[in-house]
Amino acid sequence: MLILNCPYCGVDAEETELTAGGEAHIKRHGPGSSDDEFHDYLFMRENPKGVHFERWRHSNGCGKWFHAARCTATLEVFGTYSAQTTEPPKEIREAISAKRPGWKWREFE
Amino acid sequence: MSEPISALNHASYDGIARIEECGLQGMITLRGDLSGKVVIKAVKDATGQKMPGQREAHVDGETGVCWMSPDELLVLVPYAEVEAKLAAMKDALGGVHALAVNVSDARAVFRVSGASAREVLAKVAPVDLSRDAFQPGQIRRSRLAQVAGAFWMDGEDDFRVVCFRSAADYVFKLLKVAAQPGSEVGVY
Repeated sequence: MLILNCPYCGVDAEETELTAGGEAHIKRHGPGSSDDEFHDYLFMRENPKGVHFERWRHSNGCGKWFHAARCTATLEVFGTYSAQTTEPPKEIREAISAKRPGWKWREFE
Repeated sequence: MSEPISALNHASYDGIARIEECGLQGMITLRGDLSGKVVIKAVKDATGQKMPGQREAHVDGETGVCWMSPDELLVLVPYAEVEAKLAAMKDALGGVHALAVNVSDARAVFRVSGASAREVLAKVAPVDLSRDAFQPGQIRRSRLAQVAGAFWMDGEDDFRVVCFRSAADYVFKLLKVAAQPGSEVGVY
């Protein structure tokens, strides 16, 4: 059972209280972008074995969206953080580096 | 005008805990900047309570205020006063970006009381309800089996549970099953 700490209400919420919202930090390409960019924005997703960033919603709770950094291979959770950001905060990156030296995910490392 | 009646009209059940539908309860959903002076004052004027912190509930009988999320409060007032309180609140909040809505008739309220009350709720919600983790003065929004719900404690072994009115019958039956005689687990 996956347990994530909601950064908005501070609850250690278990999976059944949450809704998965897919990959985090996807950059939107809308009007004016090329077909390739829009295609990648719509369809291309990471599928890593290891460090991954996801969006989750505390749907049976405070209702807020937040981000989570976790490992897809071990289900280890490195941390959760606010959704009001376009990149993982420094402390989350450091927490991952401490356990998975040399990790890389999209443009983040 | 027709007389308002609550979802289950005070239905009750006695098992290892007493389940009781509380009847009509005035409720106002208030969204806005909870650190704003205007919002704090509007809450104080309506309920006499100070602004609750994260996951806190300041409730005294039918009046109180509960923290629902970083920008949402549930304001409890007696059912008969809800329109007047709401009008006063909207008036006070006129100048700020905030929203107050009367949701009294969209909700149902239950009381779960008795020595096994913690156990009955722990069976239906994925929440740590041990004495160390959950105490009067706290509120928890979660799920009650398959539907959304919230609860707080009015005293030791005395819970108040809020759910959507459309799910009232489901929640009552659910709590009834969880409170069947002989179904004590004995963890709390």
